[in-house]
Amino acid sequence: MNQNVITVSGLTKYIKSVLETDTNLTGFAVSGEISNLTIHRTGHLYFAIKDENAVINAVMFRGNVNGLKFKPENGQKIIAKGKISVFEPAGRYQVIVTSMELDGIGDLYVAYEMLKKKLEQQGLFSQSYKKSLPKIPKTVGVITSPTGAAVRDIINVLSRRFSYSNILLYPSLVQGDGAPQQLINALNYFETTKCVDVIIIGRGGGSIEDLWAFNNEQLARTIFAMSIPVISAVGHETDFTICDFVSDVRAPTPSAAAEIAVPDTNDMLVRFDNVVKRLKTALKRKTDICKQRYTSLVNRPVFTDKNYLFENKYLIVDHLNDKLYKSLDQTIVLSCSKLEKLSAKLDALSPLKIMGRGYLFAKNQNNKIIKSVDDISLNDTVKLNLNDGCAECTVNKISEV
Amino acid sequence: MANEITFEQALSQLESIVKQLESGETELEKSMELFEQGVKLSALCSSLLKNAQQKVEVLIETADGVKKQDFIANE
Repeated sequence: MNQNVITVSGLTKYIKSVLETDTNLTGFAVSGEISNLTIHRTGHLYFAIKDENAVINAVMFRGNVNGLKFKPENGQKIIAKGKISVFEPAGRYQVIVTSMELDGIGDLYVAYEMLKKKLEQQGLFSQSYKKSLPKIPKTVGVITSPTGAAVRDIINVLSRRFSYSNILLYPSLVQGDGAPQQLINALNYFETTKCVDVIIIGRGGGSIEDLWAFNNEQLARTIFAMSIPVISAVGHETDFTICDFVSDVRAPTPSAAAEIAVPDTNDMLVRFDNVVKRLKTALKRKTDICKQRYTSLVNRPVFTDKNYLFENKYLIVDHLNDKLYKSLDQTIVLSCSKLEKLSAKLDALSPLKIMGRGYLFAKNQNNKIIKSVDDISLNDTVKLNLNDGCAECTVNKISEV
Repeated sequence: MANEITFEQALSQLESIVKQLESGETELEKSMELFEQGVKLSALCSSLLKNAQQKVEVLIETADGVKKQDFIANE
């Protein structure tokens, strides 16, 4: 026995170091079936993963157990991610499982992610294709199972919020192989008949397999081609399906979809009250402006000063008056000077002036001026008019020149 | 006449009236007319909402095609 001898602890430590540092054994995913499952008081899971030919122990600590999306049970096919660890006191190697999912669902996830990526690249989820929802839908189309909580929730919320909108249910399978085609038929019916203004498509919560019908590519393309806006409400808030991405609006739950689809009657009634207030305010502003304009007009001098319109006219009259008098004065002055000249002329021609130089004129008994011997006879009395008096004479002799 | 108008028509008319009146660009007579119409439409909208009778129907596939009938959700 020349060989080096080591202790069990030393050997185990060595094995541990070899296994736990091997890169193939420090981060792998293993598929198998759960068996011998024990849930310890502490919350840790102890179980074995096995296939036809082998079995390996596994432990999953409480912190990781909380992240599981399913309830582990014996016989479940799973894919576990983790690393190899050696438990020295028991001389046992085991898998420390950090995460675990149901096998087969792994395939579903991959398919979901691939389809999602493909449709996203083709632009089916693009925001620019999203249609806006009608404000007041006359009829809300609902595509879901006619039984179950989802349809009840939707109808309850729709009738509580807004009884003005009618509801038209197109019943459809929402899980299983036939579901996608029925959902598509329902959409096509609404699209062809145009009998609804907005569509809610969805179902209540369930496992990923339950929701799988809503990850159907043909369904996604049908929704994308719809001219009527579609609200998707599949499962719970945390569940996402292709249907959610391609629809115009994604609602976290069926009830929420109903809230999104219609306005609230009470909100609207309040709005109508507000509208009347706004109308009143607007009209008051209008009348105030008109009143103000009117007031500013009636306060103008043309209305307040009764002479305003006449003052100008007075001025004009006065002006004309002045002008008239002026021209009249001028005429008078002119006339006076003319009169003076004429008087002088007249004076020059006056017989008195001539008589002053010794001339006289005689009148007969008929008081007619005598201009010829024919105007008198012998013994007639004639009146001589002189410069400073007159004399009566008798005609003694008449001789013609 | 008032009964033939749909809620949505009444609503959009009401919206346009409020807009016009609030613009302050209409004449006083027109403003008063709009105000009167607006108040009437608002009352009409309210009564249409309050008196709305919601129909809940389900489509049934039959041999003759798809038919409507009243739907009562089972509790």
